[in-house]
Amino acid sequence: MSILVNKDTKVIVQGLTGKTGTFHTEQALAYYGTQMVAGVHPAKGGEKWTGSKGESLPIYASVAAAKDATGADASVIYVPPAGAAAAIIEAIDAEIPFIVCITEGIPVADMVKVKARLEKSKSRLLGPNCPGILTPEQCKIGIMPGSIFKKGSVGIVSRSGTLTYEAVFQTSNAGLGQTTAVGIGGDPVKGTEFIDVLEMFLADEATQSIIMIGEIGGSAEEDAAQFLKDEAKKGRKKPMAGFIAGRTAPKGRTMGHAGAVISGGKGGAEDKIAAMESAGIRVSPSPAKLGETLVQVLKG
Amino acid sequence: MNIHEYQAKAVLKEYGAPVAEGVAIFSADEAEAAAKQLPGPLWVVKSQIHAGGRGKGKFKELPADAKGGVRLAFSMEDVIKHAKEMLGNTLVTAQTGEAGKVVNRLYIEDGADIERELYLSILVDRSVGRPAFVVSTEGGMDIEAVAEHTPEKIVTLPIDPETGVTAADAAKLCDALKLEGDARQDGMTLFPILYKAFMEKDMSLLEINPLIVMKDGRVRVLDAKVSFDGNALFRHPEIVALRDVTEEDAKEIEASKWELAYVALDGNIGCMVNGAGLAMATMDIIKLYGKEPANFCDVGGGASKEKVAAAFKIITADPRVEGILVNIFGGIMKCDVIAEGVIAAVKEVGLQVPLVVRLEGTNVELGKKIISDSGLNVIAADDLDDAAQKIVAAVQGAK
Repeated sequence: MSILVNKDTKVIVQGLTGKTGTFHTEQALAYYGTQMVAGVHPAKGGEKWTGSKGESLPIYASVAAAKDATGADASVIYVPPAGAAAAIIEAIDAEIPFIVCITEGIPVADMVKVKARLEKSKSRLLGPNCPGILTPEQCKIGIMPGSIFKKGSVGIVSRSGTLTYEAVFQTSNAGLGQTTAVGIGGDPVKGTEFIDVLEMFLADEATQSIIMIGEIGGSAEEDAAQFLKDEAKKGRKKPMAGFIAGRTAPKGRTMGHAGAVISGGKGGAEDKIAAMESAGIRVSPSPAKLGETLVQVLKG
Repeated sequence: MNIHEYQAKAVLKEYGAPVAEGVAIFSADEAEAAAKQLPGPLWVVKSQIHAGGRGKGKFKELPADAKGGVRLAFSMEDVIKHAKEMLGNTLVTAQTGEAGKVVNRLYIEDGADIERELYLSILVDRSVGRPAFVVSTEGGMDIEAVAEHTPEKIVTLPIDPETGVTAADAAKLCDALKLEGDARQDGMTLFPILYKAFMEKDMSLLEINPLIVMKDGRVRVLDAKVSFDGNALFRHPEIVALRDVTEEDAKEIEASKWELAYVALDGNIGCMVNGAGLAMATMDIIKLYGKEPANFCDVGGGASKEKVAAAFKIITADPRVEGILVNIFGGIMKCDVIAEGVIAAVKEVGLQVPLVVRLEGTNVELGKKIISDSGLNVIAADDLDDAAQKIVAAVQGAK
C-alpha cells in the first residue's frame, strides 16, 4: 500500500517542454515506468515531446484537453514562478484530483489566491516549492532521486526537499524502506499540510512508522503535534521520529518580526521540538541520525 | 526586501493613507530648506535605517546623554542642530546589533499632537493561508513584549482574498482599536486602503507602530515599516528602485546578484548546500559538533556551474572562514554540476582552507569522479555526519 500515488496514477506535465520538465520527466519514465501520459503547452498542442533517449509524449494545448484524452488523475507543474499560479488554477479548473507544483519562488500573494480557489475545489495540491512525491517501485512525481528509495514500511513527510532525501536515504540504509515519501514544500502558503499527510499515513496499513521533518517558521509542526495527540486519544498512533531544521538560524532573518506575534510566540525550533516530543515523536538532534533514531524507536 | 520609513510612507500616501508631510535629506545643508517646506512649529527629525528601536537608540560617536535616533525639534535651529549631530554617525538600537548602522538619511516630518498610540500590521497568516490584520490598542511599544505579557490585547483578523476588507471587517478592526467618531470614520477608510497596498505591492509585512489618534480626533500613520516579498519583485521595478544597498551586507548583495539564498553569520565554517532545509540542518550539525557556521547558503535547485562557482567565491572571500563544507543531496541539482562549479572556483581563486565535500543523489558517481580526477586537495565525506565531523576536525587541526 501507499498514499496518494501508485502504479495506476496517470500523470500529465505542465511545463514539460522546458529543460527542468524534460529532465525530470525522463527520470520519472525511467523509474519503474511511472505513467507519464502527456504534456501541456498552450502553443504546442498537437506536437510531440521527445526525450533524450527517444521517449515520446503527446502535447496538448490545455490541461482539460490532456485530461480528456488520457484520463490523467495527476498533474506535475514545472512552470516558472511568474506563470505557476495560473498553471495551478488551470489544473484546478480542469478538476485534476492531485496537483503537484515543484516551482520555487511563486509570490505569496499568488498563492493566497490559489489557496482560496483550492478550498472551493475537489483538487488536492502538493507544494509549491516541493520535491514532489514518490512511492517506491511504483510512481515518481517530481524531482526526488529514485535511486535512494527502497520499498518498505516508513511514511516520510517533510517541509524540506533535500532533508526528505536524507530521511529516505537513511531509512533505506537501515533496511526499513518507505511506503511513500511526501515533500509538502517550504513556502508559507501551500496546498497540503503535515496534518493531511499524517492522517493518510495513520490510515495506511502498510505504513508502520513515520518520519516527520519540519523547519523554523509558522506553526504547522505544533498543529501537527496537536493533531497526533488528539488521534492518539482515539487509539490511532504509529511510532514516529522527527527533525526540525534551523536551531541555529538567526531570529528575524527568515521570518518577519510580526510573524512571530500572530502565532503567539511560535515559530522557533525549540518550541516545535518540544511540541513534537510531547506528541510522542522522538526528535533526532542530528539530521544524519534520522534513520538510526527511528530504528531505536521501533526497538522500543 | 526592506525599505526606509519615508519610502514606505510615500508608497502608502499614493494609496491615500493619512501620513504627515515630510522631506527626506541626505546632508545637513538640506535641513533648513526641508523644514521650511513644512508648517511647523514642531518638527520630528528621524534617522532612516532599516532597523527598529530608533527612538531609544544611541549614537556611538555622541556622549551617552545625547538624544536618540528620533528627535523633536521646536525651532529651526533645533532641526539644523539635530541634523548635524545625527547624519554620518552610527546608531545602535536593540535591533541593529552592537555594530550599529550609519545614518545616511534623515526624514524631517511635521509634528503631531498624539492622543493615543495604536499598533497595526498586515502579514500573511500561514495557518489559514490568508492576509491578516494584527491590531492592538497597545501601540508605540515592542509588540513582541505585548504578545508575551498581554496576548489578550492583540486581535488578529484574517481577510478573505476573494472579498478583500469588507465593511464588517473594518468595523471589527475599529472596535478592536476602540476608534470612535472621526477616528472611526478614518479607520473605515484606512483599513481597506492598507490592505489594497499590501496586496498590490506584494508586501510581506506592513507594520504601523504607532498608528495614532491625534488630539483633533483624526487618525494618522506615524511610523511605517514595510518589507516586500522577494519572489514578487520581478513585477515591481518601482519597488526595486527603492533598494538601499548601504543597508545590506556586501556578501549578501553579491549573492543576490546570483539569486543565491545567502545569510552572513558569525562563525567560521563556510557552508554551501542545496535546499533551505538541508542548509539549515548543515548549520545545525556544525554547531552540534562544536563549531559555528559562517553563513547560510542555499544554491537552490537548478543552479548552473557559474552560479555554484560564484557561491563558492563569496564564501571563500569571507576572512572569517577557516574551512568549507559543501553538502549536496541532488534532486533537481545534479552533483556533477556542483563538482564542476567548485573546481572552476578553486582554480580561479585558490583554496587556502580545508574543504570537505559530501555529494549524494542525482549523478552522484559522475560528481565524485570529477572531484577525484581534479587532483584538488578535497576531503571526501560519505554522509552528513561524516562531513560535519571531518570539517570540524580539519579546522581544529589547522590551528
